[in-house]
Amino acid sequence: MGKTLYEKVWEAHEVRKLKSGQSQLFIDLHLLHEVTSPQAFGMLRDLGLKVRYPHRTFATVDHIVPTHDRTEPFQDPLAQSMLEALRQNTKEHGVTFFDLGSGNQGIVHVIGPQLGLTQPGMTIACGDSHTSTHGAFGAVAFGIGTSQVRDVLATQTLAAQKLKVRRINVEGKLAPGVYAKDVILHIIRHLGVKGGLGYAYEYGGSTVEAMDMESRMTLCNMSIEGGARIGYVNPDETTFAYLEGRPYSPKGAEWEEAKRRWRAMASDPDATYDDVVTFRAEEIPPTVTWGINPGQAVPIDGRIPLLEELSPEERPLAEEALAYMGLRPGQPIKGVPVQVAFIGSCTNARLSDLREVARFLKGHKVRKGVRALVVPGSEWVARKAEEEGIAEIFREAGFEWRNPGCSMCLAMNPDRLEGDELAASSSNRNYKGRMGSPKGRTVLMSPLMVAAAAVTGEIADAREVFGIGR
Amino acid sequence: MLEKFTEIRGRAVPLRGEDIDTDRIIPARFMKVLTFEGLGKYLFYDERFDEKGNPKPHPLNDPRYQGANILLVEAGFGSGSSREHAPQAIKRAGFRAIIGESFAEIFFGNATAIGLPCVTLAPEDLAILFQAVEENPTLEVEVDLVGKEVRFGGRTAPLFIPEAAREALVEGLWDPIGELLQAGELLDQFDRRLPYPRRSE
Repeated sequence: MGKTLYEKVWEAHEVRKLKSGQSQLFIDLHLLHEVTSPQAFGMLRDLGLKVRYPHRTFATVDHIVPTHDRTEPFQDPLAQSMLEALRQNTKEHGVTFFDLGSGNQGIVHVIGPQLGLTQPGMTIACGDSHTSTHGAFGAVAFGIGTSQVRDVLATQTLAAQKLKVRRINVEGKLAPGVYAKDVILHIIRHLGVKGGLGYAYEYGGSTVEAMDMESRMTLCNMSIEGGARIGYVNPDETTFAYLEGRPYSPKGAEWEEAKRRWRAMASDPDATYDDVVTFRAEEIPPTVTWGINPGQAVPIDGRIPLLEELSPEERPLAEEALAYMGLRPGQPIKGVPVQVAFIGSCTNARLSDLREVARFLKGHKVRKGVRALVVPGSEWVARKAEEEGIAEIFREAGFEWRNPGCSMCLAMNPDRLEGDELAASSSNRNYKGRMGSPKGRTVLMSPLMVAAAAVTGEIADAREVFGIGR
Repeated sequence: MLEKFTEIRGRAVPLRGEDIDTDRIIPARFMKVLTFEGLGKYLFYDERFDEKGNPKPHPLNDPRYQGANILLVEAGFGSGSSREHAPQAIKRAGFRAIIGESFAEIFFGNATAIGLPCVTLAPEDLAILFQAVEENPTLEVEVDLVGKEVRFGGRTAPLFIPEAAREALVEGLWDPIGELLQAGELLDQFDRRLPYPRRSE
């Protein structure tokens, strides 16, 4: 009987069974950032342990980095101390650190793939829930807590419980102006924010097969918002083409051998799944959230649901969301005023995202009164965007072109909403207070939809604003 | 040897709401710290305090629930980010167990790893427990991980927790680092066999 990629990777990395019944799982690649690692290094020190395999560990700084003025010391001494702790810890333990100004600093989930660190068939762990992003390459990649960061540093393994696998097929061709971000918001809207509990999501079907790697990363990135800790796409020629020639990719004879190995890791055609769900690409519209979790979403042409249209379990959270967002049941989502527009985050701050927006934004202006920020995912993305003239298009339109980092997505740096400002955002979470103000409001959407909101000053259909496919 | 969790008893504080995310449990701005010490005071900060730091109505601010050591929650608790800061804040605020309808996976793993048991009840049992605690905040609640039940006010309700987590807690093996280290030489075999990123230049 055939096996899924998840099962094959699991079997190749299972060191042994533990007394608890869990498995000890070997982690090929461990990624670190400054927020969830200092306590882990502290625990390591307390136990008198070292980083066991430093050649499998890579670090960068992303969450707390100011995106406007990166001169050190930072204005926030706490942020500066976190950066210095990471510098010190990586130096002491012989871990590669992509520091500010190295040319490779950036959001941890942007730089892994960009450098070729992320490879098919790997197990990848990082103290960040959006580690699921790396699944786009056919890796089994998941977020862990700080105690587990310690475990991986000390042993390159962790105690893990095997998941079930749900195959999510998306079939057909996406309409113009509809992107991977819309696909994943659509999936979460239908399967729910708890729908993925206990599952790894395997994405496939003709729509996913036709996606480029960066779209697949967007898709896998938000698996965690659907309750699934892991999301992945089987490796194929698109994956190999993306990886070829990257700094840490295998080379020469190793490259050919790697491709053979990777092909064999893909799910078998007769693999069995614990569940299978199919979506039609033609039925996926540009999708935006209206509430306080990523499942509370509607098509851009749609209305916020009436309470009676929701199940009794969904109503209390819907009422809470409407009160927080200042929206009414039955109200069209289009036309809601926007004060901030944010393009960035590990979901949508890659070069292809910025290229796509720039293609349409050229010649448009950000509406007066809207604060619009674009925060590239990495120093490499920023450099390429500058070279290609993309940065200039954003600046001319009235966007602030910032330095790379996580920025407003979770507002651990100075970029944040003020008061009850409403942000059109290409990030992944619209939780209460997520963007740094306890009353701040977030509406999730694709980067192009954020640009449309920036230009019109309200939640708008990018297809109408930019004359796409209509 | 780690502490063994066989039975936790005490008063419970009812925290209503589905899909309570880790950003609400502890807002990101309080994560600019190098240790977990002192996180307890930021638990649910933005729900408990206004912008000036004045307390707002919230079960955790309610004098009737002061000293409670069991947190009662609904479905999807702990969704969102992988921040261990969330269960750390709950534990450091004095809670010894969480009873709910369902938990997000990373949150559940993080909580278990720091010795904070998360157990679930059937929705109808949980509804009865919520009501009982809201009517009588002094009600004693017992979480029995050996007998696999929650007892309160003369009732018993079967509790659910993945067996691996339950055994780890009951046996005092909830922190796996010791056992992981025992793999010793076996780890080197995996390290030699499995490829890792190599920079050639």
